[in-house]
Amino acid sequence: MMKEPRLISLARHAVLIVFSAIAVYPALNVLSISLRPGNRLRSTDLAIIPADWTLASYVELFTEQPFLTWLGNSLLVSGLVTLTGVALASIAGYAFSRYSFTGRRAMMLAILTTQMFPATMLLLPLYILIARLGLVNTYLGLLVFYTSTALPFCVWQMKGFYDTIPASLEEAARIDGCSRAAAFWRVILPLAAPGLVITALFSFMTAWSEYIVAAQVMQDEAMFTLPLGIKGFQASLSSQWGLYAAASLLVSVPVVILFLSLSRYLVSGLTLGSVKE
Amino acid sequence: MATVELRRIEKKYPNGYQAVREVSIEIADGEFLVLVGPSGCGKSTTLRMVAGLEAISGGEIAIDGRVVNDLEPGDRDIAMVFQNYALYPHMTVADNMAFGLKMRKVPRAEIERRVEEAAEILAIGPLLTRRPRELSGGQRQRVALGRAIVREPKVFLFDEPLSNLDAKLRVQTRAEIARLHRRLASTVIYVTHDQVEAMTLGDRIAVMNQGVVQQIAPPLEIYRRPANRFVAAFVGSPAMNFFPGQIADGVFETACGRKLPLREPAGLPDGPAVLGVRPEDFRVVTGGEEAAFLEVALDVVEHMGPETMAHFRVDGQDHVVRLDAAAAAQPGDAVSLGVQPEGLHLFAADDTGQRLN
Repeated sequence: MMKEPRLISLARHAVLIVFSAIAVYPALNVLSISLRPGNRLRSTDLAIIPADWTLASYVELFTEQPFLTWLGNSLLVSGLVTLTGVALASIAGYAFSRYSFTGRRAMMLAILTTQMFPATMLLLPLYILIARLGLVNTYLGLLVFYTSTALPFCVWQMKGFYDTIPASLEEAARIDGCSRAAAFWRVILPLAAPGLVITALFSFMTAWSEYIVAAQVMQDEAMFTLPLGIKGFQASLSSQWGLYAAASLLVSVPVVILFLSLSRYLVSGLTLGSVKE
Repeated sequence: MATVELRRIEKKYPNGYQAVREVSIEIADGEFLVLVGPSGCGKSTTLRMVAGLEAISGGEIAIDGRVVNDLEPGDRDIAMVFQNYALYPHMTVADNMAFGLKMRKVPRAEIERRVEEAAEILAIGPLLTRRPRELSGGQRQRVALGRAIVREPKVFLFDEPLSNLDAKLRVQTRAEIARLHRRLASTVIYVTHDQVEAMTLGDRIAVMNQGVVQQIAPPLEIYRRPANRFVAAFVGSPAMNFFPGQIADGVFETACGRKLPLREPAGLPDGPAVLGVRPEDFRVVTGGEEAAFLEVALDVVEHMGPETMAHFRVDGQDHVVRLDAAAAAQPGDAVSLGVQPEGLHLFAADDTGQRLN
C-alpha cells in the first residue's frame, strides 16, 4: 500500500479536528455552564473551565433536588426495558430465523411497517391503550410503551443476526444430545452476543433519554424519570441553567459506561472457524 | 455397533415434492455403506432422516432393531460429521469434543480419557486448547471426526465430509477415514456425490437418483455390472461410452451401421438397445484378426502419464478410449477398435435403461 502524501494526511487531520471540535463544542459548553456559579447561561468568558468555577450546581442536584430519585426511577425503567427487550427479541428473532410457519412473512412485514411510524404519531393511540389498561402513572405503563416501540427493530436485528449463524451448529448440538432449547441456550445464544448487545443498548437508550412519552404517562413527581425531572429546571420565566447543565452531563454518564463496558462484545467474526464459508 | 434398517422410507415436502421414494436398505453391523448420486438425488435427505434432523414422511428406520422414527437425534446414539464441520466456535477443540459427552453426563475422567484417545488417533493432541478459527480446514475436519469418535455411537453418519477440502487433503483424509473404520469396526453411512470416494471407501454402494435407489452392491460389482444406464454412466471416470442401436439375430448394430456380434445372445430381446463400453474395455484390433467394431480417427489425445485417453467421434457423439501410453497415439491416427467380452454392457433403450445382459 502506498503511503499517502504528507499534505493529504495533514489536510485530512485538519478536517477531522475541525469537525470533532464542532461535535464536542456543545458538550464542552454545557460543562462550562454547569461549572459557573449563579445562573449564568451566557458568558463573555471563552474558557471552558471558568476562572470562578464551582461544583455548587452538582452538589445542589444531589442535596436539594430529587436527582437521585429520578436517577433511580430511570435506572429501574430502563433496566426493565432492556431485560424485557433482550429476552423477547432474542427468542422472537430466533423463531423468525429458524422456523417456518404460516404468517411468518406477513409478521415480518408488519414488524417492518410499524417502524415507519414516528413515535409522536404513536403517542395518542398508545396513550389511549395504556389509559384503558389503567396503567397511566405506572412504571408498567412506561415499560409497555418503551418495549413495544423498541422491540420491532430489535427482533428484526436479532433475526438477521441468527441468519448468519449456520443451522448445522444447532444440528450438531442436537445430535450431541441437546434439546432444541438447550442447543439455543448453549450454542446459538453465545454466538449471538453482539446482536444481544445491540439490542440491549438500543432498548436502554430508547427508555433512558425519552421525554415526551414519559411526560404523558407519568404524573406523580416522585415517579419522574431523569428527562422529566431535568425539564423541570427549565421554566418559562426563570430557568436554572446551572442545574440543567449539570444534570444533563450526569445523565450521559451511565450511557457512556454501558457503551464502553459492552463494546468488547461488539466484535465481528464470532462464528469464524465454525463452518466452511 | 449396530445394524441399521431403512424400511421403505419416504420424504415428501409440504409443497408436494418427493425427495425420497420408498428406499429400503439393510446395513449390517460394521458395514461401511456409501450413498452416492448427483445433487438432489435424495441421499442427504435420507441421511438426515436417519439422524433425526428431518421428519420421516413414510416408512420406518430401525437402529439395532429399535424403531427410531420418533426419537430425537440426541437419543438415537448416532454421531454425524458435517460437510461444513459445524464446530462450536466459542469452545476449544477439547470442549468441542467433550460437549456431547458432557450432555450425557459422562464422568469427567472418562471424558478426558476418550478425548485424549481420539486426539491421539487423529493426531490433533497439540490442538486441544485452540479455537476452531485458529485451525486449517483439514484440522477442523479432523476435530469434527474426533467429536464423533468420542461418542462411541452405534452408527457414524458422514454428510459429504470431504467436499470442502482441497484435492490433496481429500485423498489424505479419505485414507484416514478408511483406517478409522478398520480400527473401530463401526457401522457407517457415508453420503457423497464423488464416485471415487464411493468406490474406494464403501463395503457396499447405494447409487441413488431422483429419490430412488438404483443399485446396491459392492463397488466392483457396481462397476462391472451396473444395473442400469444411469449407474453405468455415473460410476467410472471417464464415463462409459454409449452407442444407441438395435439387436437383431445375435448382432448389435449401431445407428450408423457398425456391427458387433454378441457372444452370448441368448435371452436378449431383439429391438432397440444401447451398448455401453468403458474406455478401458476397448481392444485395439490389428489388421486381419477380425472385423473391427469401430474404425475411427483419433480426435483429442490426452497423455495422462501412465495411460493415454483418446477421444473420437461416432455418429456425432464424443467417445473416449483408453490406450497404452507406449502406443504414443497422436491426433489423426486411425485406430480399429473391438470390445472386450467382459466389457460389453447392453441396456434397454427406453427410460428405464435396465441392464439386458
